[in-house]
Amino acid sequence: MTKTLSTPKEERLTYLEGLVDQARTAAAVFTQCTQEEVDRIVKAMVLAGIGQAQHLARLAIDETRIGVLEDKILKNMVATEFVYNYIRDKVTVGPIREFPERGLVEVAEPIGVIFSLIPITNPTSTVLFKCIMAIKARNAVIFSPHPSAWRCSSEAVRIMYESAVKHGAPEGVFTCLDSHTLEDNAYLMHHKDVALIDATGGPSAVKAAYSSGKPALGVGPGNTPVYLEKTADLNMAVVDIIVSKTFDNGTICASEQTVVIDDEIYDLAMKKFDDMGAHICTEKESELLGRALVDPQTGCMQPIAVGQKATDIARLAGVAVKPNSKLLLARIHGVGREHPLSVEKLCPVLSVYRAKSADEALRVCVDVNHAGGLGHTAVIFSRNDELIRKFSEVINAGRIIVNAPGSIGALGGIYNDMVPTFSFGCGTAGGNSTTDNINVYHYLNIKRLARRTPAHMWFRVPNHIYFDLNAVENLRQFPSRSTVIITNPALERIGHADIVRRYLPPQASVHISVIPDAEPEFKVIMQGVEALNVYQADQIIALGGGSMIDAAKIMKIKYESPEADLEELAAPFLDIRKRVVQYPTEKTNRARLIAIATTSGTGSEVTPFAVLFDKERGRKVTLADYSLTPDVAIVDPQFVMSMPKGLTADTGIDCLTHALEAAVSTYASPYTDCNAVQAIRLVFKYLTVAYEHPHDQEARTMMHNAACIAAMAFSNAGVGVNHALAHAFGARFGVAHGRANALMLPHVIAYNASIPTKFRPSPNQRAYIAHKKYATIAELLGLGGHTIDEKVKSLVASIEQLLNELAMPRCIAALGITKEAFEQALPDLVSTAFDDPSWLTNPRMPLMSELEELFRSAYQGRETAKGTGAGQQAA
Amino acid sequence: MRMATIAIQLKIEGERIVPGLAEAGERLDSAEGEMILDFSSVRQLDASALRAMERLAAAADDKSIKLVLRGTSIDVYRVLKLVKLAPRFSFAN
Repeated sequence: MTKTLSTPKEERLTYLEGLVDQARTAAAVFTQCTQEEVDRIVKAMVLAGIGQAQHLARLAIDETRIGVLEDKILKNMVATEFVYNYIRDKVTVGPIREFPERGLVEVAEPIGVIFSLIPITNPTSTVLFKCIMAIKARNAVIFSPHPSAWRCSSEAVRIMYESAVKHGAPEGVFTCLDSHTLEDNAYLMHHKDVALIDATGGPSAVKAAYSSGKPALGVGPGNTPVYLEKTADLNMAVVDIIVSKTFDNGTICASEQTVVIDDEIYDLAMKKFDDMGAHICTEKESELLGRALVDPQTGCMQPIAVGQKATDIARLAGVAVKPNSKLLLARIHGVGREHPLSVEKLCPVLSVYRAKSADEALRVCVDVNHAGGLGHTAVIFSRNDELIRKFSEVINAGRIIVNAPGSIGALGGIYNDMVPTFSFGCGTAGGNSTTDNINVYHYLNIKRLARRTPAHMWFRVPNHIYFDLNAVENLRQFPSRSTVIITNPALERIGHADIVRRYLPPQASVHISVIPDAEPEFKVIMQGVEALNVYQADQIIALGGGSMIDAAKIMKIKYESPEADLEELAAPFLDIRKRVVQYPTEKTNRARLIAIATTSGTGSEVTPFAVLFDKERGRKVTLADYSLTPDVAIVDPQFVMSMPKGLTADTGIDCLTHALEAAVSTYASPYTDCNAVQAIRLVFKYLTVAYEHPHDQEARTMMHNAACIAAMAFSNAGVGVNHALAHAFGARFGVAHGRANALMLPHVIAYNASIPTKFRPSPNQRAYIAHKKYATIAELLGLGGHTIDEKVKSLVASIEQLLNELAMPRCIAALGITKEAFEQALPDLVSTAFDDPSWLTNPRMPLMSELEELFRSAYQGRETAKGTGAGQQAA
Repeated sequence: MRMATIAIQLKIEGERIVPGLAEAGERLDSAEGEMILDFSSVRQLDASALRAMERLAAAADDKSIKLVLRGTSIDVYRVLKLVKLAPRFSFAN
């Protein structure tokens, strides 16, 4: 069998695949390393790098002919010692940060194989930096050095690799391309097993990285403006700028490119530059420099000048300077292609602009920033904090260095507390994904372990609840100068308002505001508010049923906070704790709200809800906020003794519905359960008695208490789909709320007791338990049944019996609503019910089709023998 | 009618994975359709161990023998997933 000879291209691909395979294996093996093992390897590498700092710097200078030996040594030291100082105590294996109060843990996940481009300007320090970060994060790296710096970069890789492997890193953890071609780079950038590209280099390299479709850290060129403001410490500023711009002959891309100097200090600043060894170019010399340094075709710096000494550049441009000149300062009069020296110059040439005002200075700095330096670095020397703040707002730079050298300041950890780096993220404006100083956390995937957080629940009711016969006498203990009683004509006529007046403190001036007994409309509310303002009320007593108390709640809002926008306050919300609209806390007036209930159903005297009728739009607006809760509730049965039978039945069933819905709500808690269950027991025991014997004081008292107790439950647990259906139906056909509830109740219980078609996200709900809760209620009522299903059926049957005893209509058809009218209304009913927030705490998320089915069932009435659908589950 | 076969079972010691896998390779010929390797004492894999596993998997493929790793720790399993060797083995508790 003859072996086919491979083509050079195939051999190259085999070579590249081998590199990736080796790196992938190393990365996989590395996942088994512990933090201690990683830290031991890192420390050894850092020491190896420090030990070879000078050797590598020499190699870099010899090979690239760019920069300054002493500065390259310093860079190598920063890349090892300073970076180590930052990462030494960082946890990068396993759980790295914990937030117990939020139930969050961040867990480190290595990235895998990184393909890394190394620039010619920092060919060894960048390798040291990236190797240390890679090991700290347990990654493998394939390096692609700049072709003109291959020997020094690959030597840096070798030193790091040998040290790492010697101390426990997996073999193959670092590899270096044996030569540099764009084809190889492109192949590796697109390789499926390369997880990240870290491209530190010129614009083309960064663009190629980002164009590969791989996650990439691309860090490109800058054009750093420096504003030398008139309040600056000039001596420090001049030295800092020289330090920065001459450091490694200006090869750090964060170094200053154009210094903008305030007119007032310009001459002095230039003298100080001159004194410190800078050469101040004449206009002619500046022009010569521009021609020599900048390619007129591309508008970019000529590569030949990168990292060269000031004197060599001067010679190149034909400018005569002293032999010890450190820096060339060339005046520019604007920014852009017609001002060649306004671009980035990676050499000791600094443009200078004389600004006549701070505004002009900032404008020029912005221009420089936008001329190739967006997202990178900017510098300001100033003592004017306001101006520094303004500079930071108008300049788009990931690093804004204040009163420190730009290049070394941007590296971090030396002049400031930024993270040490050799890669500067330039943000989206610079085509990068981050503005950070690239650091070890960019070499990690950070996983979030998010534990289910306990949903903090609450139980809020009025501060004072007085109940039982003559509870109204407790009014005496609330001092008032001016009390306004809000009530309706009927209650005033039968003397209820007089009873209330009798128990008010003698010093209180008492006024009665009579409003219609209907869901309040805005006009009525504002009439009441006017009365409150006229009498400067410090106490409001709402005497009436739910509508009256609701009206008083809304009047109180508008009285205390006239600017409150009721429409806005009624905005829907999912979670009362996270709602967008906040109720007003700034109060112009303050008044105590005392609610005295004259019906036994809504429980509005303890609830945080109020319904307003928007007459113009013909709809109800529901307000909900605990600030609406009355301060005092008085539950005195003497005010309900005269309730007619129909009202007794309607309100009693409303109360039962509140309690049943609160009991199975997704917001139910032990605090609401006890109230809900007790209210249900009281209703079953006393409602028919109160209905049949209206003067039975015990029954009236207990039903009055039941309404209040049920309201305490649903104020905190919410209601459910029964209310959503009843609201829609009642509003459409003008049926009393309690009666509308009664029509839906048996159907809704059967519906809620069956496994939901669709579960709704609800962190409060640990499991679907509605059927079990109904069964528990049936047990507590002694209704019989062995299985859950039997108990639920017993509960439904008992409710149906109760409804019969109260002579409640048992189906919508019984109200005289024709099938045709009902069918015509059905789509709107379904839509309105679905938009009603009442069902948000329902144990089943209702589908529209299910709402429609519930309405249809309510129209036809229910066969009691039908199963609930909960199945024969054991109790 | 199929003859009942008894699969070869080998324990791979964590301290000598490569020799253990080499021995397994030598015994592939005597395996009848399946070889079970007890990995319960293997806590870590290095590159040489992974290469040995790759070789063993290739040899087993050639001989149509199923390799079953028993008692593999989740850390070791994860490494096999990362280097894409996991599909070449079956795993048993």
